[in-house]
Amino acid sequence: MSDAESRPSFTLDGVEVPFDPGQTVLQAALAAGQYIPHLCYHPEFKPHGSCKVCTVRTGGHAATSCTTPARAGMVVESETEEVVAERRMLVQLLFVEGNHFCPSCEKSGHCKLQAVAYDLGMTSPRFDHFFPDRPVDASHPEILLDFNRCILCELCVRASAEVDGKQVFALAGRGMGKHLVVNSASGLLRDSAVAATDKAVDVCPVGVILRKRVGFAVPVGQRRFDERPISAQASDYAPRPAPPRDP
Amino acid sequence: MEAMNDLTPDLEQRARRVVTRWGHEPTRLLQILREVQEDFGYVPERAIPLIARYLRVPYSRVKGVASFYSFLVIGPQGEYRVLFADNVTDRMAGSERLLDALCKRLWAEPGKVSEDGLVSVGRTSCTGLCDQGPGLLVNGRAIGRLDDERVERIGELILARVPLADWPPEFFRIEDNVRRADLLLGHGLAPGDAIRAALRRGATGWSEHAANERSWREAYVGTAQGPVAVLEEIKRSNLRGRGGAGFTTGVKWEACRHATGLARYVVCNADEGEPGTFKDRVLLSSHADLVFDGMTVAAYAIGATQGYLYLRGEYRYLLESLERTLARRREAKLLGNGICGQPGFDFDVEIHVGAGSYVCGEESALIESLEGKRGVPRNRPPYPVTNGYLQQPTIVNNVETLCAAALIAVHGGDGYRSLGTLKSSGTKILSVAGDVARPGLYEYPFGVTIRQVLEDCGARNTQAVQISGPSGICIDSTEFDRRIAFEDLPTAGAFTVFDASRDMFEVARNYAHFFAHESCGFCTPCRVGTSMLVAAMDKIHAGNGTQHELREIGRLNKVLMMSAHCGLGHTACNPILDTLKRFRPAYERKLRSLDFTPSFDLDGALARARQMTGRDDEAAHLEASR
Repeated sequence: MSDAESRPSFTLDGVEVPFDPGQTVLQAALAAGQYIPHLCYHPEFKPHGSCKVCTVRTGGHAATSCTTPARAGMVVESETEEVVAERRMLVQLLFVEGNHFCPSCEKSGHCKLQAVAYDLGMTSPRFDHFFPDRPVDASHPEILLDFNRCILCELCVRASAEVDGKQVFALAGRGMGKHLVVNSASGLLRDSAVAATDKAVDVCPVGVILRKRVGFAVPVGQRRFDERPISAQASDYAPRPAPPRDP
Repeated sequence: MEAMNDLTPDLEQRARRVVTRWGHEPTRLLQILREVQEDFGYVPERAIPLIARYLRVPYSRVKGVASFYSFLVIGPQGEYRVLFADNVTDRMAGSERLLDALCKRLWAEPGKVSEDGLVSVGRTSCTGLCDQGPGLLVNGRAIGRLDDERVERIGELILARVPLADWPPEFFRIEDNVRRADLLLGHGLAPGDAIRAALRRGATGWSEHAANERSWREAYVGTAQGPVAVLEEIKRSNLRGRGGAGFTTGVKWEACRHATGLARYVVCNADEGEPGTFKDRVLLSSHADLVFDGMTVAAYAIGATQGYLYLRGEYRYLLESLERTLARRREAKLLGNGICGQPGFDFDVEIHVGAGSYVCGEESALIESLEGKRGVPRNRPPYPVTNGYLQQPTIVNNVETLCAAALIAVHGGDGYRSLGTLKSSGTKILSVAGDVARPGLYEYPFGVTIRQVLEDCGARNTQAVQISGPSGICIDSTEFDRRIAFEDLPTAGAFTVFDASRDMFEVARNYAHFFAHESCGFCTPCRVGTSMLVAAMDKIHAGNGTQHELREIGRLNKVLMMSAHCGLGHTACNPILDTLKRFRPAYERKLRSLDFTPSFDLDGALARARQMTGRDDEAAHLEASR
């Protein structure tokens, strides 16, 4: 018996997906080249399951696929009309609570929120937006923070704590008042321990954490998700070990 | 103001004293912040980096925790912080009118600190005084039975800057209002009776359950048969959790006992946050020994040496008497090492006080809060029975469940099971409030009909009853023969009665605001969805709603049910859907006949200008009809 045959597996929309013990449904699917939409998951970090965009159906229940452990013989439904409609609505909710203006955003074409929204067929904002008042932090000489686009995925929080060993970012407030904060007494990025080379600066899926003076190096129209939809890039999100922690 | 407080010369000393008192433990961060706030009246901005330094945690962690709990405020507040309870029963009893009256008296604007820095007046979720509302909290102290006269007097006391300690003591008197007692409220036990019964049960249990003797001996060495006998009685009783979810207590305890870890913990969930519930308030005020007996019996059964009682911030006023009870029990050898003279039976209890967060009633969020973090529910599995407090095996039980466990230790599983119905053994305490003649606690064996309860409490002309608070179910008069039981209407205890004069739409709108206020914000559907529910309900309330809003509510419900992270999001739509189903006209008479109306309200946009000019006359409005 070959190695591949001996691995346990589940089915995702009828397709057999093998998995390694300890993997979650989303991790196994992506490793097998099967795409499930997601935003707060990142292949180098432990999943925490807050955005809920990766919700699937299994065993008659809805489940967050990034945190649900894979089990042999599971029957997972992902691309059903019901599930896709629910995901589209979740993404619309993320647009409702922030200020997302794609045409003027430096991240357009590199932005996962935008890519997932296109992929899910979101053609309009649909709901009345909240238009929150969120100031920008331009205090740091090399890095800009535009909180307007934050989707509270906590990837920068996790990257800064787990990879950079700095804990530059954290969350404060609760409910609709929840927001990203910087670990410095002034609250400004300038006074934090952040460096432009930090993993936390790289990991933002949207346009909150931006390096200054390198904007539009790749013209809009030739960017990652301009070329191919995010759903065609599943294997790029397959689990991989986190980069080594800074000494 | 901020500059002044920055100069507080002893700030460093006072903050350090609190941190030292809690042993420089980051897991005590919430307790530290709470005590710093009690000391200063708020959390001084400058105390945050100090606490972070003393505890060796990031500044942002302290800020993250301080900003999560609604009772904690960063930066100067009024000398008096008044928070009106905003449960629907408080509103029905006139809380909004009284809030306005107090604001006028004090020249204050709701939600803001008055310009002289004297006072802030705001609203908070249900404070557990629904049987003697309207209620409020002033600097964390609870006052009930508000009326015009009392509010007028409170205004005077604040204006005269009278210290809270010199306010009339009857303001702070909280009644028990026990109207019907059964096995639990009429227990008649002395402190420690349940523990001694549990210890005795060890010996008799051994012989009674001789058939299992071999397996016990194999699984547990030495004198472990006692705890197992107690566990057997709990299982035999078929006791189910009284906090709402109704999980079988014996199964939970057994799973915890069998889990491996460095230590096991017993946690008493006294974070009674469900609007309309107040039974735990009475159990903790008048039956604290039974609660601690229950915790100690649980510790004996699962092999725990440390317990925590997580007391909701609204019940902070009970802390001193609970601490005295604990001290008395340590003296009496009912806590500490060698409890009741049994070598190796070591257990003690520490009390943690919450700070205004409903979601902390969810057991994994409660554990996060106990660890001094933001009260966000964890991903499960793993469950607390294997990975709870500090990732060790932990049971989290409701106050009433632990009291019932103490009774089972005394009366035995079969004795307890003889009360109630087939699937719901024992009794249930109902917190009855709203449109009734005699609000208070009513304890019944499971299986009692709604009609019976309504009759006993003197309810007349009843239109609806909200069972188990907003996360429960709303029933109408065609359903009053249904029964309180896990088989039919399960409940955490709230029993809120609405007579025919009440607008059930407004009831649902109040609950929608509650959920949005209490959402922890972790997951997208609940964080945004609960606020969108509020927007839809407010639009209907303002007379701008259409069928479109009703459809949107249905869609939001689907996404919340399907993908929310915890029960708060799953149940957030319940009050709206229940009332829509049963009282649709209450909604429809507020709707415009159009299919869609934009939410932008031209006249509403002038509200700020009207407020600034102090005008509200007809000419200050765009449409004379408004």
